[in-house]
Amino acid sequence: MEQNIYLPYRMKIVKITEEAPFVRTFRLEFINPEEGEKFTFKTGQFAEYSVFGEGESTFCIASPHTRKGYVECTFRQAGRVTTALSNLEEGDLIGFRGPYGNIFPIDQWKDKNLVFIAGGIALPPMRSVIWSCLDNRGNYKEITVFYGAKTANDLVYKHELKEWEERPDIKLYTTVDPGGETPDWKGEVGFVPAIVDKFAPTAENTIAIVCGPPVMIKNTFPVLKKLGFADENIYTTLENRMKCGFGKCGRCNVGKTYVCKDGPVFTAAQLAELPNEY
Amino acid sequence: MNTQIKILKSANYIKLLQKLFDHKKNIYGPVRQGKRIGYQKINSANELATDFIIPDMSAKSFVFPCIEKLFSFTKDKENVEIQNLNLDNIPEKIIVGIRPCDALGMKSLKAIFGRDPADSIFQTRLERTTFIGYACNQADDYCFCTSINGGPGNTEGSDILLTKTDSGDYIAEIITPKGESIVASAPELFEDGSGLDKQKYLADVPKRFDDSNLENKMKAAFDTNVFDEYAIRCIGCAACAYVCPTCACFDIQDRTKGSKGERIRTWDSCGLKLFTLHTSGHNPRETQGVRWRQRLMHKFSYMPERLEVRGCVGCGRCSRRCPVDMNIAESINIITDENII
Repeated sequence: MEQNIYLPYRMKIVKITEEAPFVRTFRLEFINPEEGEKFTFKTGQFAEYSVFGEGESTFCIASPHTRKGYVECTFRQAGRVTTALSNLEEGDLIGFRGPYGNIFPIDQWKDKNLVFIAGGIALPPMRSVIWSCLDNRGNYKEITVFYGAKTANDLVYKHELKEWEERPDIKLYTTVDPGGETPDWKGEVGFVPAIVDKFAPTAENTIAIVCGPPVMIKNTFPVLKKLGFADENIYTTLENRMKCGFGKCGRCNVGKTYVCKDGPVFTAAQLAELPNEY
Repeated sequence: MNTQIKILKSANYIKLLQKLFDHKKNIYGPVRQGKRIGYQKINSANELATDFIIPDMSAKSFVFPCIEKLFSFTKDKENVEIQNLNLDNIPEKIIVGIRPCDALGMKSLKAIFGRDPADSIFQTRLERTTFIGYACNQADDYCFCTSINGGPGNTEGSDILLTKTDSGDYIAEIITPKGESIVASAPELFEDGSGLDKQKYLADVPKRFDDSNLENKMKAAFDTNVFDEYAIRCIGCAACAYVCPTCACFDIQDRTKGSKGERIRTWDSCGLKLFTLHTSGHNPRETQGVRWRQRLMHKFSYMPERLEVRGCVGCGRCSRRCPVDMNIAESINIITDENII
């Protein structure tokens, strides 16, 4: 008999990191080491995380595929399942079903410059890609990260940002919305699209990866176009509501395109073909 | 296999059912329940309803129950143990009296659940179900199977199709190996019927719309206001989806009692606002008109394009049941009217 596709792996929370108000990262390890050894994913994919008795919730896998033996997810406490997840402690068990969806084609980006542009809680999917690329640093030319949040406190992965700031092989620009800065804030102040415009990364031989709230994406695409980026070289990841993760439950589709099967990673050229239903 | 045509005398049909009861088969069929016709388990042929157009609910729930366990778990402070389903426990069932439209609906469900990754729960249920269909001798104003390539005598999805003749006897078409094994349980009850033609006994179901090139006509209507205009009275109750033989959208939830729990899937609908609502408050399908568009596009454009099957069989239940009298055939008529687009 074929396997039950709804059956999750059981994972142990081995580490909880408080990232920002209401935002946490879980590092998860497989209870059954054999399952862990067989498990593979690629950067860009997502999964269903569950608290038994509360239900499932969909997030990206926020760790890079270059690091084996664990997966990480970063989530904001908002609904029933994420509240239940927030109440868990290190050592607790959760369910994990995946990986699902397509990938960021980082193997095709060899010898190119990469510009990552993220807003708020949308850094997690991009963090997976950034580390996957940094772990194979020789494959890429310049790597630049633009990251903004409402306030300095809302920035996630604060000590990784610090690490990137100190590394000579990655350029990081952080920004907060006007009024979101603290007295000792040394980064930029202003919305992400404006900061990208200000530092104007070259479009020549460059891939841009954009992820953030719809309004940020909407305002960043024109800036990139102005800088000369072709739609085919701009990538993003969509996050429609999902339940099954594999094209059956019927809610994540945008027109005939299923975000869970055909996405979640799309180029701006592919997005332009979709109806405005996301 | 080639369909074989046999005669099943009305008295022999009752004997056949009796034989199946004697063999301890689980038999379900349409039974009169007050004003409703509903499928339920029967223990005698006398319980079966006669003289009805179509059961109120489709036969979908036999292969895709409205609440279905996906697995169980037990949970304590330290640990969670998962108990997988034992698919061997899914019983074999015989459904009698399924209409050709509902049987055809199994093809749409099969396309959705069979698509990679295949849903073994659904597939096992379908494999263990035998459908003895009744061709339609009568239809009502809501029936439109002939508009979408179905028909009152369509055999697709049925294992045996019975067409009642004027004498009350049946022309029995034996369509699949499952149908053959029913015959094999009482071959003496069937007589050779080669050459018999069921056509004259079938209901006349007029075409309600022209389905030629429907997929492209739907696409062309996407950005027009036909959906908004038509759905202005929709109250978003989703009754249309629950009675539909092909609607397969579902939710996944947990339910618990003490330390025991189970993960379940439940019928859901694109007509409901919560279906696509993000936690942030953003909703990609914000209005009822957009949700009606999704319903029709999914059935008549996305499914044909992606799964090579339509998500509609023309049973007309959605229109019969709609509390505000929305009518899918009428809506398609408006969309396919060249003057509008």
